[in-house]
Amino acid sequence: MFDQLARSFLLTEIVKGFSLTLKYMFFMPRVTINYPHEKGPISPRFRGEHALRRYPNGEERCIACKLCEAICPALAITIEAEPREDGSRRTTRYDIDMTKCIYCGLCQEACPVDAIVEGPNFEFATETREELYYNKDKLLANGDRWEAQIASNLAVDAPYR
Amino acid sequence: MPKLTINGMEIEVERGTSILQAAEQLGVEIPRFCYHDKLSVPANCRMCLVEVEGGPPKPVASCAMACGDNMVVKTDSPMVQKARKGVMEMLLINHPLDCPICDQGGECDLQDQAVGYGFDRSRFYENKRAVTDKELGPLIKTSMNRCINCTRCVRFAEEIAGTPVLGQLNRGEDAEISTFIDELVKTELSGNLIDVCPVGALTSKPYAFKARPWELRKTETIDVHDAIGANIRIDVRGREVMRILPRLHEDVNEEWLGDRSRFSYDGLNNARLDRPYIRDAESGKLKEASWDEAFAFIAQGLKGLKGEEIAGLVGDLADLESVIALKDLFKRLGSPHMDCRTDGARFDTSNRAGYLFNSTIAGIEQADSILLIGTNPRWEAALINARIRKVINERRIPVGVVGEAADLTYKYHHVGDTLAELEKMVAEHKGKAKTERPLWIIGSGVFAREDGAAVHRRLYELAEEMGVVRTDENGSWNGFNVLHRAASRVGALDAGFVPQDGGRDFSEIIQGTKDGSVKALYLLGADEFDVRGQVGWKTFVIYQGHHGDAGAARADVILPGAAYTEKNGIYINTEGRVQYARKGSSPPGEAREDWKILRALSDALSDQLPYDTHAQLRARIFEQFPHMAQEDTILPADWSAFGAAGKISGEGFKNPLSDYYLTNAICRASATMQSCSTAFLGDRSLAEAAE
Repeated sequence: MFDQLARSFLLTEIVKGFSLTLKYMFFMPRVTINYPHEKGPISPRFRGEHALRRYPNGEERCIACKLCEAICPALAITIEAEPREDGSRRTTRYDIDMTKCIYCGLCQEACPVDAIVEGPNFEFATETREELYYNKDKLLANGDRWEAQIASNLAVDAPYR
Repeated sequence: MPKLTINGMEIEVERGTSILQAAEQLGVEIPRFCYHDKLSVPANCRMCLVEVEGGPPKPVASCAMACGDNMVVKTDSPMVQKARKGVMEMLLINHPLDCPICDQGGECDLQDQAVGYGFDRSRFYENKRAVTDKELGPLIKTSMNRCINCTRCVRFAEEIAGTPVLGQLNRGEDAEISTFIDELVKTELSGNLIDVCPVGALTSKPYAFKARPWELRKTETIDVHDAIGANIRIDVRGREVMRILPRLHEDVNEEWLGDRSRFSYDGLNNARLDRPYIRDAESGKLKEASWDEAFAFIAQGLKGLKGEEIAGLVGDLADLESVIALKDLFKRLGSPHMDCRTDGARFDTSNRAGYLFNSTIAGIEQADSILLIGTNPRWEAALINARIRKVINERRIPVGVVGEAADLTYKYHHVGDTLAELEKMVAEHKGKAKTERPLWIIGSGVFAREDGAAVHRRLYELAEEMGVVRTDENGSWNGFNVLHRAASRVGALDAGFVPQDGGRDFSEIIQGTKDGSVKALYLLGADEFDVRGQVGWKTFVIYQGHHGDAGAARADVILPGAAYTEKNGIYINTEGRVQYARKGSSPPGEAREDWKILRALSDALSDQLPYDTHAQLRARIFEQFPHMAQEDTILPADWSAFGAAGKISGEGFKNPLSDYYLTNAICRASATMQSCSTAFLGDRSLAEAAE
């Protein structure tokens, strides 16, 4: 009875609570990150947004073998191909429906030339569904944008393959 | 009859059977590349090695080793496995392993067998051989690095196609397949080179990089580009036909297919009629219409016309269902004027023996002399020509030609151009003929003249004199064969789409449109004559078909129909063989299956045809013509006199085709066929222009 009264009048619980808060605020290491400005670490095997890569000379890697289309369990990939003017085999259409994609990574496993990869980018939310229907231009642009990181990720992961 | 044991199973085989064939009979798989059952045996790939116990202490090539009595063969012993692994490793040394960009990928013998019998890594670190690609024309794409020198293509070109322009040059590592001094492979069977190639060295140029085998929906159906009715498989993605391949049918096409049938599929997407059109009375131009408008326009056009003022023609590609629906419709309209012989042929249609390929195509192999009358089988039916060539290769039988001479890929005796020369020949040989089974192949073009029926009669008489048809103790033999050029022809003749009592035939109908006695003309896919030039300008022309070709250009109403890949239909080939085509894709836009159009039109003419479904229509057909209910059967025809006696002019027989590649509306709409015509026949038309 007396204890309870003393605690109520001396506000010990509040002091305790605040001291814990202040301890975390000033003396303990942080456990949250300031998300849009800071990002957590991701594995080199992270399977994020897709990208079509190019060779260093600028030639696109994809040769339209259609293995990714065949293996895709969600049927998210659509490819059409025909001979380019120089006679080489290239896609005329390479679409990924990102709303269907389940990010399983089988497409990049199937790719014989490391053309389609799931890159480190996970921030590609859009306001409309239509923006998530990626075409070849979008995928190649992704590749150009993320190439440095994709290449280093592949290099880091290479010994385990 | 040697008896041997393969993998512990006993089998007795014919003398001369190879171990590989015997194993095949037992269902034991032996891998092979160079061996092909229709070609000679070179035994140069060494993939089919097996162990023969008690034989030499080394593996033997089973494709070239004949079965012997008491042989004990093992196809899966450690020795055989090691040998196969070694052969496969050697083959892959110079193979580029570019499967991801190879069109054969997914259906490649080398790929499959490397997985099944090969080693999983290479020990070869030198540079691979490189071979320059060859130019074989607009149909075949070469990638000679992939070639494993099995020489199947060389043997096919020489033995089956009869155009020995391919060969193997050099020796050892430098060995390569090449053409003799940059010649194109000028044969109507060149597409089969792609099929016989076990790797991706020869692939289809029009199909290059278009699709993968696993994305294609396969439908087994019948070809309509000639009257053979080759069995084909169409591979469809979406609603587009991606390629056409032959199917095995030993009695019809064996496993080959002519280029026209194989490569004209791109024409199915060009110049298609995808909605009804009616001709605007004021501007004289065709304008788009709905089905209801088109039917109303036809009802208007036919209003007040008597049955005798309406005529109907059936073109080369029509299925039997639509022919019979049109015939039923015409009966209701009261018109006797109908004909299916739009090439203007006049022959007696009352006797089936008079217009069938009586000996059957497989029967060619029993013939001991062949006479070709007014036909160039190489163009009219390339597979029949291949069959004749096969017989000649096997048994050197004599071949004669009456009519225009042409390069038929084999040697023949040119008897002359006219029927008179044939009569002379028959008179000379009558009674003295040494042949037991003479075979006559008469091109349908010989009847396309004024005196066609008289020629028909005379040919009957000559065939009788010559003993082309006989029944004796050796069984019966009917070597009187008419070779048609159109897939629909025999079906329409069997169904009786010919002038009825008091009806006009093709040329009389055309004449009628000019003098005004035929006021309306119904064309069911009739494109093979100059419609615009020949049909009178006052005639009301209804065209039902799938391509914007000769018929549609002149039509007052166009009803868009379905092409042969887009409908279930019955076709009867030149032998009289009943075959069913199956639907592989759907017709474009507003186009519909042809019998449905006729059924709907009968509604608009307020005289309904008595069937609502395809099954009902088929049931009706089978009721009238019971023999059509049995797929892949031939109803033999009884031999009796046909034709009509009459005066015969001294005119020579002419070959009706001037171009193998552009014979029907589908081919004419096909860019591939156009480029073939230029590449293979271009110099010919230049030569003609110079004459």
